[in-house]
Amino acid sequence: MNLALAVLVDGVVYSSWLFLIAAGLTLIYGVMKILNMAHGSFYAIGAYSGASLIGVYFAGGNPPWASYLLLVGAALVAGLIVGLLIERGFLRFMYGRDEVVMILVTYGILLILEDAIKLLWGVDPYFAYQPYTLLGRTKIGGLSFANYDFMLICVTAFVALVLWWSLNRTRSGKILQSVIHDREIAGALGVNVTKIFTITFVIGAFLGAFAGALTAPGISVVPGIGIEVIILAFAVVVIGGLGSVGGAFVGALIVGLSRALSVHLYPDGELFVIYGVMGLVLAFRPQGLFAIAGARKI
Amino acid sequence: MLKTISKMAVYGAVAFGALTATAQAAEDYKLGLVTFLSGGAAGPFGVPAKNGADLLIDALNAGTVPAPYDKIGINGVKINPVYVDEAGGATKQVSEYRNLVERQGVNAVVGYISSGDCLAVPGVAEEMKKVTVLFDCGTPRVFEEADYKYVFRTAATATMDNVGAARYIAEKVGNLASVSGINQNYSFGHDSWNDFTTSLEKIKAGVDVATKQFPKIYAGQYGAEVSALMVNPAEVVHSSFWGGDMEAFLLQGAARGLFEDQQVLLTCGESALYKFADNFPEGAIVGARGPNGVFAPKSALNDWFVKEYEARYGTKPTYPVYHMVQAIMGLKLATEKAATNAGEIPTDEAVAGAFEYLEYDSPAGKIAMTNGNGHQAVQEMVFGQVSKENGEVVMKDVVRYAPSCVNPPNGVKAADWIASGFEGAVCN
Repeated sequence: MNLALAVLVDGVVYSSWLFLIAAGLTLIYGVMKILNMAHGSFYAIGAYSGASLIGVYFAGGNPPWASYLLLVGAALVAGLIVGLLIERGFLRFMYGRDEVVMILVTYGILLILEDAIKLLWGVDPYFAYQPYTLLGRTKIGGLSFANYDFMLICVTAFVALVLWWSLNRTRSGKILQSVIHDREIAGALGVNVTKIFTITFVIGAFLGAFAGALTAPGISVVPGIGIEVIILAFAVVVIGGLGSVGGAFVGALIVGLSRALSVHLYPDGELFVIYGVMGLVLAFRPQGLFAIAGARKI
Repeated sequence: MLKTISKMAVYGAVAFGALTATAQAAEDYKLGLVTFLSGGAAGPFGVPAKNGADLLIDALNAGTVPAPYDKIGINGVKINPVYVDEAGGATKQVSEYRNLVERQGVNAVVGYISSGDCLAVPGVAEEMKKVTVLFDCGTPRVFEEADYKYVFRTAATATMDNVGAARYIAEKVGNLASVSGINQNYSFGHDSWNDFTTSLEKIKAGVDVATKQFPKIYAGQYGAEVSALMVNPAEVVHSSFWGGDMEAFLLQGAARGLFEDQQVLLTCGESALYKFADNFPEGAIVGARGPNGVFAPKSALNDWFVKEYEARYGTKPTYPVYHMVQAIMGLKLATEKAATNAGEIPTDEAVAGAFEYLEYDSPAGKIAMTNGNGHQAVQEMVFGQVSKENGEVVMKDVVRYAPSCVNPPNGVKAADWIASGFEGAVCN
C-alpha cells in the first residue's frame, strides 16, 4: 500500500514539475516551429531571480506568506524581459529559416545566457528554502510529503487548465490555433503573425521562468541547472508530440510515473527508463502521441 | 664560411637544447592550474580551490607563508599562474593539457577534480614528461592501473572516505542493523557505495542494505528517492553527494522528516558546512575527504592559512581549498629539494625524483607520499557529527583514523585490501 501510494504521489509531483517546464517549450514549437534550446536558460533565470529575491526578502524580516507572490513576480519579470529581448533582439531576424538553423540559433542563445547567468550571479549556490518548509508536511499512509509539492500539483493543474481554456475557448486562442495550423493562410486572413509570435514567445519564456522560480525553494540554485532540465523537457514533448500542450501533459505523466516506478522497484534503471519510454513511444508513433502527422510543404 | 655558420647554428641549437633539458634560471615559474571555473562543480569545489591557489601564490610570492614555505615563490622564482577551466570532459582536458605544456610553456601542472580527467591526463603527462600534480580527484585507479614517473597525487583516494565511514558508523551508531545509500550515478557514486558496503561487511557482518539509489548526477529532484528511503528505513543513509545535489537532497529530505528517523552520512559533507549551515540536520555524520577544514589538526601553518583565507574571502576554507594548497606546497618543496642553486628551476626529471616518497607538513597535517610507489599520498581520515550551538555548527563525536587504518598498503589495490579484511591495517 505504502509503495503504491509512494509511486503515485512521487510520480504526480515529478510530472507536475516536468509539465511546467515542458509547457512553454511545446507552446513555442507549436506556434513558431522553433525547438527552443534556450528554454532551459529561462528556467535557470527564473530560479536565480526567485532565489535572489527570496533571499533579500527574508533577510529583511518580511512576512513569509507573501514570498509565494514574490516567486510569481520574479518569474513574470524575468520571463517578460528575457523573452522580449531574445525574440525582438535575435529571433525576429531569423524567421522563415530552416528548423535546424533555428535549433542552432537557440543553442547559441543558450550558451550566451549560461555565461550571462554566471556573470550576473556567479558560481556560488543560491538558496530560497523558506517557502518550501513554510507549508509543513502531511502524512499519508505512513509517509510524509512536503505540502509545497502538493501546492506544485495544484499550480500545474491550474496552468494546464488556463492553457487549455485560452487555446480552445477564447478568440485569441483560436487565432493562435490558426497560426499553429498554417501561418501563411492565417497571415493572408489578416492575423498579425509577428505579434502572435512575440506574445507566444514571451508566454513560453514566462512558463519556463515560472517553473524555475517554483522549483528554486526545493533545490540549490547552481550553474547548469537549465541544461539538465532541457533534456528532460525534450523527452516529454517528444513523447507527447511536438507542439501539443495536451501531449506534453500526458508525456509528463508517463515519464513521471515511469520514473517513480523505477526508483521504487528497480533503482538501477532510473536513468534508462525515461529514454526507454521515449524510444518505445517513438517506435510506434514517430510523431509522438498527440501530434497530427501532416504533409510536408515543398 | 657557410659551413662555419651551419656548425655554429648546430652547436647553438644543441647548447640551447641542453640548457632547456637541464636546470633553468627563469624570471617566473609558470604554473598551470586546472580546476572547474564553470558548471555544477565550480561552486563547491573549483572556485574555492582557485581562491586557495590565488591566496597561497600571492603569499608565496610575497614570502609571507610560515616556514618551511617562507622562501619566495618556488625556489626564489615568483609563481605566475595560468588557469584553465576543467569543464568540458576528459577529451577537452587532454587538449588543454597539451596547450598548457606546448604553447604556454608551463613548468608544472596542478589540477583536476574529476576522476575521469585524472584517469585521462596522466598518459599525456608521461608522454610530455611534465610534472603533474592531481589535487582533488578520488578514484584509486590512477596508480593502481599504471605506474607513472611524472604524475603525483597529494590527496588521499576516496577509498579512505568510505572505509573510514564504515568504521565510524560501526563504532558510533548503536543497534546498526541496516544501511541505505543514495549516490550519484557515475563512477564516484558507485565506487563510494561499493567501498562503503564491502568495508562494512568486513567490519560488522550482518548489516543489511535496505535500499540503494543512484539518481543521475545534477538531477536536483529527489522526491521519489526520499520516499524509497522512507519506505525502506535504515539506521544510516550513506551518500557521497556533493554540491547542489547534496544541498537539494538535504532540503527535500528535511522537509519530509527523513533525517528525524534516519541518520545521514555525507562523505563530502564538509564542502557545504559553512554556506549551508542552517540546513544541515543535527546529528548528520560528515566527512571532509581527509583531515581538512573543521577537522584540520591544530598547527601554526593551519592557523595562518585559515586566518588569511577568512580575511580575504569572508568564509572558512573547505576541503577542496586544502587539497589545492597542499598540492602547490608539495610541488614547491619537491622543486626546492631538487634544485642545487637559488633561483634555479630544476628539470622535470629531478623534480619527479625529489617528489617520490616526500613527506611534508600542510595545513591539513602530514602528507606522506607512500603509496603508488611514492606518487600517491595517504592521510588520516576524520568523521564527526554536526551539532549546533548558538546557531554555529560544531562537530561532536569526532574520531580520527590513522592513515594505515583507512588506506591500503603500497602496491595493494583498494578493492583487494577491503576484500582481504584490511590486511596489514594498523588502527589507533
